[in-house]
Amino acid sequence: MANAHNLQDLQHQAAVASKVYVQRDYNSGTICRFQTKFPSELESRVDRQQFEETMHTLNNLYAEAEKIGGKSYLEGCLACMTAYTIFLCMETHYEKVLKKIARFIKEQNEKIYAPLGLLLTDPIERGLRVVEITIFEDRSIGSGR
Amino acid sequence: MLHLRVAEPMRECEYSQISTRSSTPMETPYKKRTPKRRKWQAFPGRNKFFCNGRIMMARQTGVFYLTLVLILVTSGLFFAFDCPFLSMQITPAIPVIGGVLFVFVLGTLFRTSFSDPGVLPRATPDEAADLERQIDVANGSSSGYRPPPRTREVVINGQTVKLKYCFTCKIFRPPRASHCSLCDNCVERFDHHCPWVGNCVGKRNYRFFYMFILSLSFLTIFIFAFVITHVILRSHRYGFLNTLKDSPASVLEVVVCFFSVWSIVGLSGFHTYLISSNQTTNEDIKGSWSSKRGKGNYNPYSHGNVFTNCCAALCGPLPPSLIDRRGFVQSDTPQPIPPTNGITMYGSTQSQSHMAAATPLLQSEPVILTDEAFLPGRTSLGGPCSGALPLGGHPTPPTSTPNLSCDNDMLPLRNEQSDGLRHHHTDGGHHHFLTPEEAPSPPGMLPCGSPLGHSHTIQGFYNPASQDSLHEDSVRGLVKLSSV
Repeated sequence: MANAHNLQDLQHQAAVASKVYVQRDYNSGTICRFQTKFPSELESRVDRQQFEETMHTLNNLYAEAEKIGGKSYLEGCLACMTAYTIFLCMETHYEKVLKKIARFIKEQNEKIYAPLGLLLTDPIERGLRVVEITIFEDRSIGSGR
Repeated sequence: MLHLRVAEPMRECEYSQISTRSSTPMETPYKKRTPKRRKWQAFPGRNKFFCNGRIMMARQTGVFYLTLVLILVTSGLFFAFDCPFLSMQITPAIPVIGGVLFVFVLGTLFRTSFSDPGVLPRATPDEAADLERQIDVANGSSSGYRPPPRTREVVINGQTVKLKYCFTCKIFRPPRASHCSLCDNCVERFDHHCPWVGNCVGKRNYRFFYMFILSLSFLTIFIFAFVITHVILRSHRYGFLNTLKDSPASVLEVVVCFFSVWSIVGLSGFHTYLISSNQTTNEDIKGSWSSKRGKGNYNPYSHGNVFTNCCAALCGPLPPSLIDRRGFVQSDTPQPIPPTNGITMYGSTQSQSHMAAATPLLQSEPVILTDEAFLPGRTSLGGPCSGALPLGGHPTPPTSTPNLSCDNDMLPLRNEQSDGLRHHHTDGGHHHFLTPEEAPSPPGMLPCGSPLGHSHTIQGFYNPASQDSLHEDSVRGLVKLSSV
């Protein structure tokens, strides 16, 4: 992942100051949703509006992955009829959206957060429990990529 | 004593590589020296993995093999002894339909048994520390001997639901998740642990489980009905005693099917009810959403009507596995200093402890778990999960205190660690055999307060400083819990 290399370089240049965790929001049930409350540690780093927008988009993407409707039923029935062998050839809808989410996070990191010395970790790498935001203390001469 | 499996030779090679390369402990370029390991090899739960992480099961698989044997033998006898007669006398569609049902049963059984039920990966050390900090802030200075159980309240669809903190996994469990004591994992939408399929039944494999018991009901009834038909038709022609002589297998099939039908059909009916009301076995047993608890008590997860509930459970999107079994362990993820460095100094001991540590390998303590697993299951032959219910049905005690006591129970055991890898039976059937896996396998998965009781048996073998520090952290964590 090119992104990982860029961000790894960032890591090498800067020291990790702290990590902020945005926990899951279970008020709507067991669906995957993250709290949109702005963490106080990020106040000096990033614009509140920007952060909330990122979280909202993320939540919407997860909602799209878990949506139960005509399309998912069709996929479920088709899978059942083929004894789930169909998933050897094609991805589930959820997996497709997860890839979309990974791209979204990478893009957000590159465009917005890395220049501010922050790094969002894809929640799937933390078991969809938290959104981990790493705050880098920028010790390099130039600011981070 | 050690049961060899396919994965083992490969693993042996990897471990011998480690011992030859790194000669001293505390070598920092750890990641460059060690060959890449897959995450399943470092998995902290009590699971067995096969086919390089593709297949995941619980530790005790004996009953699963029994299930498999029963199904194969009964169906095999049916196809061999009864089908020829029936296909000639009645219609050849009988073996065809029987065959389809049989294949479907096996397919769903394997799918249930081999897939990840929805295990929640344990918190990374940083996450756990962050949560601890939040909890400390919330509790303030508690005056009691023990702080109040760690819970969070959340309102879902108008119902107040308590989220409990899991001391093993160091997370607040999502609603409907539960910690399975047999597998030592938190599982999402935990239904129960089924010894008959050799796995937990949770969010990701519930639909397969349901289809398994449903199709098995049909298969059992099908075989039962047609074997009886066969016997009757034959008796008319050749007499009853001659029939029994010609086709002795039929008797066996009838007996097996007769006893199975009651339990399996009953179970199917029960789960049909659960699905239509969108409840888990766990919730139903505890009466979480029963109207007896209070007038305003209702199930907040139900979609309102039976049809939507059924569709959502059976045809809804299939969530992916959160544990990424076949991924490679990243050496740059936050983790404690790997104790493997300490192990390498003890060549043969290390390979032995690794072999002992490898979750699939240990077979030498079926006695302990079998008692636990079998006790409820012994009640009826074909009574799969109805038997498993008492076992897996209460993985979440009403308060989190039992969790505390669970961890506390492990403390005194530290004194007996001179036994090394000996058996140690606790009330929860905790397996100290498997605990070596946690010490030598540093990567990502291990929270720094590694399950308390688990690491102590290693100390009988060796005593790397890092192991002590892990220990200290976990002890410190516990002391903090019980401190004023």
